[in-house]
Amino acid sequence: MIINHPILGPRDAQEFVYLGDANLINRPDGMTAGIEAFHDYLYNRDNPAGEHRELWYHEQGDRSWLVVTRNTVTHEILKVELARDVAKAQGRSK
Amino acid sequence: MANQWQALTALGNEMAEVVEIGPYRIAERFDVALASIAMRRGQDKAFAAAAKKVKVPLPDPARHETGSPFSAFWVAPDMWFVEADFATHEDIVAALKPAFGDAASITEQTDAWVRFDVTGERMAPLVERLTNLDLAVQPEGFASRTIIEHLGVYLVKHGANSLTLYGPRSSAQGLLHALEVTAKSVA
Amino acid sequence: MSQSNRISGGQIDRSKTFRFTFDGMPYTGHPGDTLASALLANGVRLMGRSFKYHRPRGPISAGSEEPNALVQLRSGARQEPNTRATVAELFDGLQASSQNAWPSLKLDAMAINDKLNSFFTAGFYYKTFMWPAAFWEKLYEPIIRRAAGLGALTREEDPDEYDKGFAHCDLLVIGAGPAGLMAALTAGRAGARVILADEDFRMGGRLNAESLEVGGRAGAEWASAVVAELMSMPNVRMMARTTVVGAFDHGIYSVVERVSDHLAVPEAGKPRQTLWRIYSKRAILAGGATERPIAFENNDRPGIMLAGALRSYANRWGVAVGDRVAVFTNNDDGLRTARDLQSKGVDVAAVIDSRDGGDLLPGIRHLQGAQVIDSAGRLGLKSVTVRLANGKTETIACTALGVSGGWNPNVNITSHHRSRPEWREDISAFVPGAGGPANLTSVGAAGGALSTHGALATGQAQAIAALADLGFTATADTLPQAEDAPIAVSPLWYVHEGKGRAWIDQQNDVTVKDVKLAHQENFTSVEHLKRYTTLGMATDQGKTGNVLGIAVMAELTGQSIPATGTTIYRPPYTPVAMGTLAGRSRGKEFKPFRLTPSHKWASEQGAIFVEVGNWLRTQWVPKPGETTWRESVDREVLATRKSVGICDVTTLGKIDIQGTDAGAFLDRVYSNTFSTLAVGKCRYGLMLREDGMVFDDGTTARMGDNEYVMTTTTANAVTVFRHLEYCRQCLWPDMDVQIISTTEAWAQYSVAGPNARKLLQKIVDQDISDAAFPYMGAGNITIGGMRARLFRISFSGELAYEVAVPTRYGDALIRKLAAAGAEFDAVVYGTEALGVMRIEKGHVAGGELNGQSTALNMGLGKMVSKKKDSIGMVLSQREGMNSADGYRLVGVKPVDPNGSISAGSHFMEIGAPVELASDGGWLTSKVYSPHLGCDIALGYLKAGDQKIGRRMRAVNFLTKTDTEIEIVSPHFFDPEGERLRG
Repeated sequence: MIINHPILGPRDAQEFVYLGDANLINRPDGMTAGIEAFHDYLYNRDNPAGEHRELWYHEQGDRSWLVVTRNTVTHEILKVELARDVAKAQGRSK
Repeated sequence: MANQWQALTALGNEMAEVVEIGPYRIAERFDVALASIAMRRGQDKAFAAAAKKVKVPLPDPARHETGSPFSAFWVAPDMWFVEADFATHEDIVAALKPAFGDAASITEQTDAWVRFDVTGERMAPLVERLTNLDLAVQPEGFASRTIIEHLGVYLVKHGANSLTLYGPRSSAQGLLHALEVTAKSVA
Repeated sequence: MSQSNRISGGQIDRSKTFRFTFDGMPYTGHPGDTLASALLANGVRLMGRSFKYHRPRGPISAGSEEPNALVQLRSGARQEPNTRATVAELFDGLQASSQNAWPSLKLDAMAINDKLNSFFTAGFYYKTFMWPAAFWEKLYEPIIRRAAGLGALTREEDPDEYDKGFAHCDLLVIGAGPAGLMAALTAGRAGARVILADEDFRMGGRLNAESLEVGGRAGAEWASAVVAELMSMPNVRMMARTTVVGAFDHGIYSVVERVSDHLAVPEAGKPRQTLWRIYSKRAILAGGATERPIAFENNDRPGIMLAGALRSYANRWGVAVGDRVAVFTNNDDGLRTARDLQSKGVDVAAVIDSRDGGDLLPGIRHLQGAQVIDSAGRLGLKSVTVRLANGKTETIACTALGVSGGWNPNVNITSHHRSRPEWREDISAFVPGAGGPANLTSVGAAGGALSTHGALATGQAQAIAALADLGFTATADTLPQAEDAPIAVSPLWYVHEGKGRAWIDQQNDVTVKDVKLAHQENFTSVEHLKRYTTLGMATDQGKTGNVLGIAVMAELTGQSIPATGTTIYRPPYTPVAMGTLAGRSRGKEFKPFRLTPSHKWASEQGAIFVEVGNWLRTQWVPKPGETTWRESVDREVLATRKSVGICDVTTLGKIDIQGTDAGAFLDRVYSNTFSTLAVGKCRYGLMLREDGMVFDDGTTARMGDNEYVMTTTTANAVTVFRHLEYCRQCLWPDMDVQIISTTEAWAQYSVAGPNARKLLQKIVDQDISDAAFPYMGAGNITIGGMRARLFRISFSGELAYEVAVPTRYGDALIRKLAAAGAEFDAVVYGTEALGVMRIEKGHVAGGELNGQSTALNMGLGKMVSKKKDSIGMVLSQREGMNSADGYRLVGVKPVDPNGSISAGSHFMEIGAPVELASDGGWLTSKVYSPHLGCDIALGYLKAGDQKIGRRMRAVNFLTKTDTEIEIVSPHFFDPEGERLRG
């Protein structure tokens, strides 16, 4: 597989480590959210046959975490974003 | 102090090693100080000004820039590795920190890496057995992390026949071995 | 017998002669020969025995599709089984031998299987070896393996080397026949980066095997000229002897280059083969087509082969397979074989053409409307029996028969992403279907264009189209003149006459009868057919037999072939040696190892090393006279506790964490608090996963207001760093935190024991008295002027420090420490002594940090602060993880001090039955404590905190031990920690 890194261009997937659903970015606040919310966040995932947003880490590269939108059926990669940009766009800060 | 402290190269010797195989010359470098320098959040202006003042180049992603006394290559967003002459900049962090102050996080990296300079005609067949990078189409000054025989390595292309590799110091022998057997295979 | 079947012509170098042996018999051949062509030139048709029935077999093809002529090449450690003689390039001195035959190829005792064929029919494995199950391992499997084996492994280590490589191109062209050459030429002339890969050692594909003209000259000559032009282009890479074995995602192809297979022994340092990963922007499959046979009774005798192969041997290698040949065909291509052989002076006995009508071949006995119904000749063909159009039979003497049932495009690689081939009625063959690998197109015969003109035209057109996508303008030069004859195939899959066996898949001995039996027993789907009969399995993956089998099944079920379907091909296209896939990653070179800064010195001391992750760490350092490892380890422990010991702890992960939010960041990733830690101090930190389980632990020091140094366990250094980057980028992207690994930048040694301070003070420039450098102190110091770091932390429970210098001075530092320690009888201790001391102190490590334990389990529940948010804090509060009867870390001692306990034992109450219901937890780590003079262990025991002082049993099913134990505090040694604060 080839992942088109937003900064470095096309890179072989062997340089990356896969984590999972990009929804992991949406971590609840531990001081306000309860066990149920964290349970839902950590364990309940969609498993789509089709487009899936997922987190990949460029470990043997520039150490960027990426949000890769990938079709799980065809393996086509539709979009690659820096996870930091996605997190900020989703309102995450400190 | 230096005479009290016998330094050993990453390969475990007092002198840097040079290996010549066919057209290739693999030279361990033991005379380069290295530091990581990362910009602190919101310090863009101060960071750039300090870099300019002490002549630390801040090349674009995937680039290396040679300068004096400092050269540098990009390693991650807002982070560079800065190179300097070891003889004059052994404590490279101390040399950089006063200029950058709170605008940067600076960490000594000199001995975290083993450096090999690889030169020779017909570099392409050697390189393409070591790394998946398409080095042939990259310009001089290209710099990237890559994988060579399971090892995370920074690679700098100085020219068609000249490369620098920074590999993990603890695996210096393994990296040299990979370079040697590959050189023999294509020499 | 010296090349008695050699005729004129061919692309062999007759000026040189190679000597080789087959089953010990000497023969000669020429450069350009394959083993098969050279043996055939010497009149050797019998090359192997079939897999199941041990039928005598010769080659049926002249290429990589060969199912029969599997031989062993070379001898000794380089012996290689299951090599296709049809693609094995001849070299001087080649030793080849037949396989699957005993005592000899001509007299094979296992041929008895052939007489028992009714027993070995389809599904026989399933029917015969059903029960009893216990017979499988001891009886059935060894018998089957012995009887139905292919070649044998040498069981010696492969002496050759294998490389891996990465190549990049705009256009990858797979196959160098007319279509591939035309595509590569078009792209090369347009300036694109082209890789042309061909499995053959001579590029040109079928042009080398045909008498056809291209552009007014012999096809092979045209091919040579194009190859020469391509070789001259710097932007084109020509890879002969190179097979594209698999298509992977996003234009990546897996490719095997046989660098030295055509040599007796590779040149020193050179690889035998190279496994390439080719990155292509566009790819063109020009893999040609494979001829298929027509099944008839006894169609597997040596001398019966595909008509195109018969033609290849004559045209390319100057070999007449027999002195009198016949052809059996259902299409015009078979007629070409007869014409070519006749023009080469070979006696063509007859052409048996299943079709009626059409022009008769001039000067050849052309029997239209006829079929071959049987053959004769035990070890090689002697005659065929023909049913003539008028209903009469005739026996025709011949020593070779060419059979042509039409051509199947080599669609294999287009199926690698699960695309199903589609049936094309006009050529009676499957062609590449929709949904194949992106940016791959098929041209020439592989794409169903079966004429030479069709190959040239599609090769050129698709190259232009592919390059246009990439912004290159390629020109459509005038195509050279070439034949454009239709194939004119009239399907005939098998001859219906006859009661004997008609072979479909010769490698697996699958016959028409087997397919009929599968049908009769309702295994009619293609996938069931394959599993039930083994059709299309093994080394050739059904390249010649699959479509035939499907067609027979279609006829039986009354469905069309497309409705019957087809299996889809998976990588690899042809067999790949395990050594090629392993590359250099084998034995000692499986992975690079990591050396510590004290490695050289420790080696001088005679240290025993142990692999920890990829690190080689000192395990213990034996002294003269010590005969067991325990003696050494006990000495190291006692000496450290008595005076002082030194240990290399460089392998622990070190991460530099800086930034104005560094403290706040650590508060989030550690369950305890670090933002309040004073500068110049360090603290033990516990890191959880989000699910509340303990992830890692270590000591983190605050070196400045915005500067921390974190340590991780050796094992988790990489995963912790990855996790920190995740937290920093994905969870809290605005935090001002910068991190970098410094694990290898610093050589770090632990100096532990009552005399640790005295030893260090001898070399450290600053005052490190308890007042100046208290317990858990951290700071930058100098040692003889050298910049260094000192941390007053202890894993051993002793007064201890960790001292670090830049790694290049690590060797010098360990020598200084050893020298300074001489007056204190300082020892160097390894990981074993470290383990003893940490267990004596009740510190958790590998066995306890097992990924399924909570802070509470470890007795560290109070470290999880609920006053701040941190990873894992919320879910660590789940009810099930906080039950009073959950696991708690305890210490364990045998009641009898001489008793032995082992890690992995399970806690059980005294008198309880040894069964799962009695399980109370398990012992995680065990050592012998020289301090206490007995075995001690740590373990997770249900409600262990309430069971201190109780007697239980440690039961181990593996070591079959059952020992009475006492549950004690995990802090065996100095529970108040007075020593480390001393």
